[in-house]
Amino acid sequence: MSEKIPVLELQRVDKSFGPIEVLNEVSLKVNAGEVLCLLGDNGAGKSTLIKTLAGVHKPTRGKILMDGQEVAFAGPRDAAGRGIATVHQFGGTFPLMSIGRSFFVGVEPTKGWGPFKRFDRKKANEIAVKAVQDFGITRIDDGERLVGGLSGGERQSLAIARAVHFGARVLILDEPTAALGVKQASHVLRIVNETKRRGLAVIFITHQVMHAMAVGDHFAVLIRGAIAADFRKGEKTREEITDLMAGGETMAQLEANVEGNT
Amino acid sequence: MAAVATGGTGGLGRFALRPEAGSFLGLIVVYTFFAILGGQNFIGSPGWSSWLNTAADVGIIALPVGLLMIAGELDISVGAVLPASSLTVAIISGHFGLPIYLGIASALGVGIAVGFLNGLLVTQTGIPSLIATIGTMFGVMGLTLGFTILIAGSTGVFITPDPLTKSLFGDALGGMFQVAIFWWSGFAAVIYWLLHVSPWGNWIAALGGDRVSARNAGIPTQRLTILLYMLSGFAAAFVGVTQVITFGSAQVAAGSSFIFNAIMCVVIGGVLLTGGSGSVIGIVLGTMTFAIVNQGIFFSGLNPNFGSIVIGALLLAAVLSNDTFHALALRHAAKRS
Amino acid sequence: MDLISSLLRRPDAASVLSLVGVLAFYMLFGGVDLGRFAAAGSWVNFAANLGIVALPVGLLMIAGEIDISIGAMIPAGSMTTAILSGYYGLPIWVGMAAALALGVLVGLVNGLLTVRTTVPSLIITLGTLVAMQGVVLSASELLTGNSSVGVKAPEWAKVLFGQLIGGSHQVIIVWWLILTAFFAYVLQETRFGNWIYAMGGDKESARNAGIPTQRLTIALFVLSATCASFVGMCQAILFNSAQVSGGMGFIFNAIVSVVVGGVLLTGGFGSVLGIFFGTVTFAVVIQGIYFTSIDRNWSNLIIGLVLLIAVAMNESFRKLALSYVPRKGNKAVNV
Repeated sequence: MSEKIPVLELQRVDKSFGPIEVLNEVSLKVNAGEVLCLLGDNGAGKSTLIKTLAGVHKPTRGKILMDGQEVAFAGPRDAAGRGIATVHQFGGTFPLMSIGRSFFVGVEPTKGWGPFKRFDRKKANEIAVKAVQDFGITRIDDGERLVGGLSGGERQSLAIARAVHFGARVLILDEPTAALGVKQASHVLRIVNETKRRGLAVIFITHQVMHAMAVGDHFAVLIRGAIAADFRKGEKTREEITDLMAGGETMAQLEANVEGNT
Repeated sequence: MAAVATGGTGGLGRFALRPEAGSFLGLIVVYTFFAILGGQNFIGSPGWSSWLNTAADVGIIALPVGLLMIAGELDISVGAVLPASSLTVAIISGHFGLPIYLGIASALGVGIAVGFLNGLLVTQTGIPSLIATIGTMFGVMGLTLGFTILIAGSTGVFITPDPLTKSLFGDALGGMFQVAIFWWSGFAAVIYWLLHVSPWGNWIAALGGDRVSARNAGIPTQRLTILLYMLSGFAAAFVGVTQVITFGSAQVAAGSSFIFNAIMCVVIGGVLLTGGSGSVIGIVLGTMTFAIVNQGIFFSGLNPNFGSIVIGALLLAAVLSNDTFHALALRHAAKRS
Repeated sequence: MDLISSLLRRPDAASVLSLVGVLAFYMLFGGVDLGRFAAAGSWVNFAANLGIVALPVGLLMIAGEIDISIGAMIPAGSMTTAILSGYYGLPIWVGMAAALALGVLVGLVNGLLTVRTTVPSLIITLGTLVAMQGVVLSASELLTGNSSVGVKAPEWAKVLFGQLIGGSHQVIIVWWLILTAFFAYVLQETRFGNWIYAMGGDKESARNAGIPTQRLTIALFVLSATCASFVGMCQAILFNSAQVSGGMGFIFNAIVSVVVGGVLLTGGFGSVLGIFFGTVTFAVVIQGIYFTSIDRNWSNLIIGLVLLIAVAMNESFRKLALSYVPRKGNKAVNV
């Protein structure tokens, strides 16, 4: 297991904006068919890390490796072209487009030829609906519905299904369950598991320890831009992880602090 | 001031970072240009009165429109409020012969009412302000036209103001400088206080920067937006009053040129349409620049139509340099932190 | 019930309802003879001239941009045609080609400035609007010494661009219908249409999805400026003369038509059919009032009311479209 070449690996990556250092010697790896949970409080550098992984930012120092080969992303499109897909908190970014239309933005299927090449919306709708139904979301059966009309969980599922359909190898999920209720969140977690089963490497960013423990194989805790802890499933309890996220302080200490201050 | 003592470049650098730096440079360049071409006439009082009169009229409207733009909103309806106000004065005090203060009060009331309606539409319905105020512009234009024809039977209405009113709103000092110039200075002082001294200024900038955060910070965003629209309605109505008293007649068709002219003054003055930043001094400088080009062209011996080209070019130059200045200011801030 | 709700979810629903409402109002309170009104050319001519400009402006608004320089491009198109082919006596096709080329050029400037800077397109096109007004005015006075220039078009150009069909209907109506069909096809049936929606929805994501957003934005600006100068060119050929003024009214008229037509000003939502009906509604209000016993001076008030009502309808229909869940079998719709 540990001999596998990781699909995506960061080696001692630093990222600073001017004098401000946001990421400090971050090393991570994620294998195919595994879920890496990235835990961290607000402001821990999660979003900078995501943007570095997705090719938006270039690391100031350190290496990014894919399949053991060093890579330098020219931009988000380059990263996407290499199979890194990012799904943001609210899923689709085109709420006023139909499911079929938004699914194929930029890669529309066409029929006909030459100047009469038409966007094959029927095909687009069918493929989009089938892709999301394959993930068990059977409530979506009409590709003409607007994305903005879907529930939060359905939107996440649609976005994940889209990434998988277009051959993503690494799926970065940015707080997919943060804005969802318990039931919706469990839908999304089920889909994360299904994605893993299909052999994708998943990076699951969250601050909800429960959600992370439900799907994670590997965990990393990010504090002030550095990896504070790195462990595998079953190595730490929920309380230990929560304490880690709180910056090393234990819950008991935190409670004492809170009481002392009020 | 300390910057001057410590070194010229520091002071200059700090000056260049101020939002009104670009508009001040533009003003100098434009004035010099027309001073060379226009000669003694332009540098003397005929020139000054000519562009100051123009600047005063558009400037009174540009100030609150600028505040709105800093708050991230637009007001197109000023172009319809101006003639509506002129005609209200002319109909009430001219056609019906009622006391002039009644006419003026009603006219200003019309402006405030339209502003209130704009504010309500923008804050309560979520319609973008461009569209909402285009709607009220058409509405007010229609009402003005319809009622004027209905009451007065023609599209132009006359009025002969009494000497006191005339001297307050419609006189020209030395036969050249209209009193509107003093009103403009007054407006500028009040709005300067509002934006740069009172806590309201911060609120307005916060509104344009990020409306949701502003509301979360406890700023009464809705009331503030409505008040700003009432202010711009009031200002447009005020200019309508000064015009009808100056010229002794009101025309239905006047005013539409003020819409874009006011926006241009504001933009030349360094206010970004995207909201969140800008200064009253910048708006005043932008208005002067606009007026100097607008009137200076007649002193220059050039084809008057070149004026439009210059203003268009100036506007583009202003927004492009705004872009640069803004980026510079941000970079500067980032370096210091 | 199902049919009604599915019709209301369309982006063009409000424009059709506005049109029906205005017609009903004119018939009930103005005593319009519908037969006589339908046969009249005045409102169709008005709609066609406005519509050819409103279509590309609408596409730009769906893509999240706006173009107000069209107000200067209509007289620019007609003056270019008249000065070159009338005053200088060059063949008509030279004037026409130059008019269209000017549109392409101004569109390029608008588009390039929009994609290269962070300045909103409203301000950029306000700049080109004023600058082009100045250019057109000075060019006509410097070159011809006049603010109105005559032009005599040969028969073929008249037939194609400037004849009156049946003595009352301008041939530009045909162009308007062709362009409506063309734009509807592009927006609904091609991938470019999908790109335009995506750009208006979220430019950043659209770019990351591989859409050439910059080139597409520039192309749309070129389209709107060229369509505006096309309208000017047709007017010059029809009326045998060109005036430097006129065109400013088109700015707000086009925006109102587009918004009544259900296009979301912030982008990402709308349809060509809606823009079409929005334009027709506008033309019916402005020109139809002459067929009524209502004083024509109230027409602007009606426009303002129609605009605000249509926008309110658009908002609620869009919410309807968003909350729509298809009915499955006999199960009740759950919202």
